[in-house]
Amino acid sequence: MASKQSLIDSILILADSSLILAQRLGEWCGHGPVLEQDMAMTNIALDYIGRSRLLYQYAAQLQGEGKSEDDLAFLRDVGEYKNLLLVEQENGHFGHTVIRQFFLEAFQFPFYDALQNSQDQTLKEIASKTIKETAYHLKWSTEWVIRLGDGTEESHQKIKTAITDLVPFTGELTQAVSCEKELIDQNIFPDYDEIKRKMDALINTAFKQAGLELPTQVYMHQGGKKGLHSELLGYILSDMQFLQRAYPGLEW
Amino acid sequence: MWPLFEIFIRAKNGLDHKHVGSLHAADAQMAIENARDVYTRRLEGVSIWVVESKHITASDPKDADPFFKPAEDKIYRHPTFYDLPDEVKHM
Amino acid sequence: METLLTAFQLPDLESRFQARIDAEDKIEPKDWMPEEYRKTLIRQISQHAHSEVVGMLPEGNWVTRAPSLKRKAVLLAKIQDEAGHGLYLYSACETLGVSRDQLIDELHSGKAKYSSIFNYPTLNWADIGAIGWLVDGAAIMNQIPLCRASFGPYSRAMIRVCKEESFHQRQGYEIMLTLSKGSKEQKAMAQDALNRWWWPSLMMFGPSDQDSKHSAQSMKWKIKRFSNDELRQRFVDMTVPQAELIGLKVPDDQLKWNEERRSYDFGEIPWDEFWNVVNGNGPCNKKRLADRVNAHNEGKWVREAAEAFAKKQAQRTDSKLKSN
Repeated sequence: MASKQSLIDSILILADSSLILAQRLGEWCGHGPVLEQDMAMTNIALDYIGRSRLLYQYAAQLQGEGKSEDDLAFLRDVGEYKNLLLVEQENGHFGHTVIRQFFLEAFQFPFYDALQNSQDQTLKEIASKTIKETAYHLKWSTEWVIRLGDGTEESHQKIKTAITDLVPFTGELTQAVSCEKELIDQNIFPDYDEIKRKMDALINTAFKQAGLELPTQVYMHQGGKKGLHSELLGYILSDMQFLQRAYPGLEW
Repeated sequence: MWPLFEIFIRAKNGLDHKHVGSLHAADAQMAIENARDVYTRRLEGVSIWVVESKHITASDPKDADPFFKPAEDKIYRHPTFYDLPDEVKHM
Repeated sequence: METLLTAFQLPDLESRFQARIDAEDKIEPKDWMPEEYRKTLIRQISQHAHSEVVGMLPEGNWVTRAPSLKRKAVLLAKIQDEAGHGLYLYSACETLGVSRDQLIDELHSGKAKYSSIFNYPTLNWADIGAIGWLVDGAAIMNQIPLCRASFGPYSRAMIRVCKEESFHQRQGYEIMLTLSKGSKEQKAMAQDALNRWWWPSLMMFGPSDQDSKHSAQSMKWKIKRFSNDELRQRFVDMTVPQAELIGLKVPDDQLKWNEERRSYDFGEIPWDEFWNVVNGNGPCNKKRLADRVNAHNEGKWVREAAEAFAKKQAQRTDSKLKSN
């Protein structure tokens, strides 16, 4: 049986990644390239907030210390956050946001699909809700990768830059850390090698259609899942946690 | 600017698609997805049709009288036009 | 020939148009309408659409700082609704033969206006509550009669907007309620927000009836159903008891229940401030417009890319069809 701590830590990787990405997508609110896409990105952000809440609630329940979803979201510092480095990266231009989303969905689609067969009943239920959202997010981001890749010369260059900038943060996605390995052994999490094959296939298919190439021989950064982040996360958290930190212990 | 699309939504299976408004999209596929985010945020639909606005041909309001008035006096097309004895309950 | 005929028929067309309005018949886009009616609608609907879109910004400020996950989700959903409302309204406006690009150009060049309330800053979390409660409250007061506006697409858009907005005001008031039951600092936040948003909310109904230049004609065309002052009074009468209920003080020393009128008397609205903000000197006018202009300019390459891709795809489908 996997240790409870490993289960909690692995859930926090998913929960924190969802929340930090929602936080980033929320920054687009009111600033999108066209009103219709503003709404699309907000919808995605809302899906991610909802997902993070389910996951935090489950983690808090497993901890059994009487903490709430908000305690987990608002009262942990950078070192305790376990989100992927990819999701804390800045929005950049729309191409960066699209590529960040696409890489993540290309991982999450096979991941949550497989998680529907988890030995853990709660994760199984969360996965079966999440997979529907993820399928849509994957579709949205894939279509934009293709549009930007096969759009104008300018958009092609811009999305190429975004790929170069963000590929180094994709290695971590399918690189299991120790808490995840325990879960994989117990069939609570799916095997990451299989997920990686599917993820690569999704990326290659989309890139081929978009006339884009995935850079090889890239140095892959790691550490997010263990709490080793870029400097960016501190700013995200100080923004997000400001009220809870400045006025502790209150109802909002 | 992206072309304008008219959006039609089927609220639930068994009902007709109904015009709900319009939006801009680069192509029809994007129009469907935009319609999903713009017009079905509160479970308003189970199916979406989109058609580029320029492809809609509409009757001219100036023709409304010759078009629609002549139907006015043809009340014999309606079941209530016919008097039947009360004994015939359902017909 | 055509022009001669039109000129000849004009008085007739106008009286028939007015007769339809008087009979509460809806006017649809392709129907004949006086040029002034069309212009008034374009001005009013686009101003309304711009307000929804610019209105996303002061609240958008707080998306990343909302104090709980629930509040964050609610706030995002609310702002998203506003984008949607902007869109419904731009669509309604486009049926009058003007493109969204033109409308956006007019906003960005400063030619078109948007509601001045959004030129005020959101300084503390309670401002998000106050906006929902007061600003959306005032907006709803204005918008419910617009559901019966004589122009079909406008009326239909407003019905949709009003239906969706019913949660906006409630979530705002709930924020204020929670704060007013909270710590000393939270109560102070709520009071501070009410102090700053009260008068600008009253200004949202527009100038006093005697100073409102478009009112009479709009009433005759049934675009407008009630006067600015009437709606403002209703808003005050509705809102003051709500403030009292949560222990907040409306910042108006002259506010007093008038038993005879069965209404509240209230103090003089600072119209100097109103005109100052309308004329570009509010605390955030420059920032709001710059944000919109930047978003639009920075999105240009994205819109162009999607357009170019759509063209390529269409050509590919065409040549495939030809080769078959």
